[in-house]
Amino acid sequence: MTDALAQPRVADTKAAPDTMAWDSGLRRLMMIYLPLGCFVLILLFPFYWMAITSFKPNAELMNYKEHNPFWITSPTLAHIKHLLFETAYPRWLWTTMLVAIGATTLSLIASTLAAYAIERLRFRGSPYVGLGIYLAYLVPPSILFIPLATVVVQFGLFDSPLALILVYPTFLVPFCTWLLIGYFKSIPYELEECALVDGATRLQILRRITLPLAVPGLISAGIFSFTLSWNEFIYALAFIQSGANKTVPVAILTELVTGDVYQWGALMAGSLLGSLPVAIFYSLFVDYYVSSLTGAVKE
Amino acid sequence: MSVTTLSSPVLAQRQPNWLVRLFDYKPFLIAMCLAPAIGLLAVFLTYPLGLGIWLAFTDTTIGQKGIFVGLDNFQYLLSDPLWWGAVSYSVIYTGIATFGKFALGFWLALLLNNHFPFKSLLRAIILLPWIVPTVLSALAFWWIYDPQFSIISYLLVDVLHWKSTNIDFLGSPWPARFSLIAANIWRGIPFVAISLLAGLQTISPSLYEAAMLDGASSWQRFRYITFPMMMPILAIVMTFSIIFTFTDFQLVYAITRGGPGNSTHLLATLAFQRGIAGGELGEGAAIAVSMIPFLVFATLFSYFGLARRKWQQGEAND
Repeated sequence: MTDALAQPRVADTKAAPDTMAWDSGLRRLMMIYLPLGCFVLILLFPFYWMAITSFKPNAELMNYKEHNPFWITSPTLAHIKHLLFETAYPRWLWTTMLVAIGATTLSLIASTLAAYAIERLRFRGSPYVGLGIYLAYLVPPSILFIPLATVVVQFGLFDSPLALILVYPTFLVPFCTWLLIGYFKSIPYELEECALVDGATRLQILRRITLPLAVPGLISAGIFSFTLSWNEFIYALAFIQSGANKTVPVAILTELVTGDVYQWGALMAGSLLGSLPVAIFYSLFVDYYVSSLTGAVKE
Repeated sequence: MSVTTLSSPVLAQRQPNWLVRLFDYKPFLIAMCLAPAIGLLAVFLTYPLGLGIWLAFTDTTIGQKGIFVGLDNFQYLLSDPLWWGAVSYSVIYTGIATFGKFALGFWLALLLNNHFPFKSLLRAIILLPWIVPTVLSALAFWWIYDPQFSIISYLLVDVLHWKSTNIDFLGSPWPARFSLIAANIWRGIPFVAISLLAGLQTISPSLYEAAMLDGASSWQRFRYITFPMMMPILAIVMTFSIIFTFTDFQLVYAITRGGPGNSTHLLATLAFQRGIAGGELGEGAAIAVSMIPFLVFATLFSYFGLARRKWQQGEAND
């Protein structure tokens, strides 16, 4: 349990098993660097291809005989310009941002309180509530989207981004709650006892002691929720009908893919722009991502 | 005298704060803390789950409340070759993709467990496919699989001269199926590798030292130390991976939409096509419900994985 918190530090300080000490440099090159290089090449190539396509003029895009497809000779911003000024792309970005922030806030509040109650207020049956929330994480959206569509219609929320804000917590809350339970566990209970003895109320303890100490956990849960909401597809596809209210992943696929001739330049530019916010976010908080990913798995 | 003077300020201090006292009353506080999470999950997860199972036994369509029809939907599905096609492709897709993800992911984790410069940078780069919205990277794969301008075909035909014609990745059933599996493996490797790397780092180096002193070969060290020590985390990661691969939707919907000729439908995309696009909510729900037995199987797998871990560590519970 404690290793969930210790993970980010352990990752870099602890020495890997020193099994290669007797190996020659060449063998090391063949056994480690070559395969690693291949992995990185294959894992990154689609992004390179996406990026380079979005800046290629159509003439180069459709002519491999005269232009080397791996490079651009005359880069253009035409696709991005088309996207930003001739489609509703800015609007889609804005909707996606709104939905992601709304769902993240809602899930963080709900799961912080739930994790605190389960881990710190300790009541009869709290492990079962925790287990119940964990099981909720195992229910995939693919099973839920059809009945949820009827629920959303019943609530009069069809075609409204609010529906997504309310529905996304179904997969965010279980994840965040489990992550935060792990973090709360790592905070010494004695601190709270001291505060209780000093006459603080439970809510004061949560606000003044537990939450400030759990900030890394809250950041992990927050950025993770933001990424998951940004990337969500099936609910956004099923619940949103009008072009203006769509989120970026859905809009690119349903609004930009028109006819038989695909505008690959615009499609790839849209994918690139849609990936950038999470990629930037990710680059700022890499360690939190890694710790929350591994922490949640190990809980 | 002294008693009254003492109690009155205390009373004056406490009386207006009944709200504070209420929030300090433990049962009330527990209820308040759990209410938002439980409420959200009950309304948008538990209720729809039940409703979905109910819908599967009705003939509901969009805009029309259905009536109970018993097992009709399921009987229809059993006689529907498309459903059987989706079931078998879902199983093949999950099986091959999971195997690929874990073989390559485990290999990548073992590679990353070595010492080399820029390790944390590399680890950050490797997670990228998992961070970026699946649909958007799926679009990139769609473009990579383009029949005319595929970069893979270009490499094989014009650069390496291994083949004489372009590969038709998505035009016929089996190539399309394997192209989708390849894209799924590509997307799944980072998650598996990083989770397993975390597991690898918890294995104590002293175990390897002891084994090396005893003259164990590197294969033996992998087989008798790394693998058994990784079993618990492998079981959990694999369960998650199986559940979310089996119910995958985005990749298939983005790249082929189930085509060509309905050959690449997974159960989830078939459910969407019938339930939302086709308006047959009852039938769509029945297809979605038919995924549940597979998922229960995967969850039990996870449960026994966890139980095994506790048993190994000799803990009653944690």
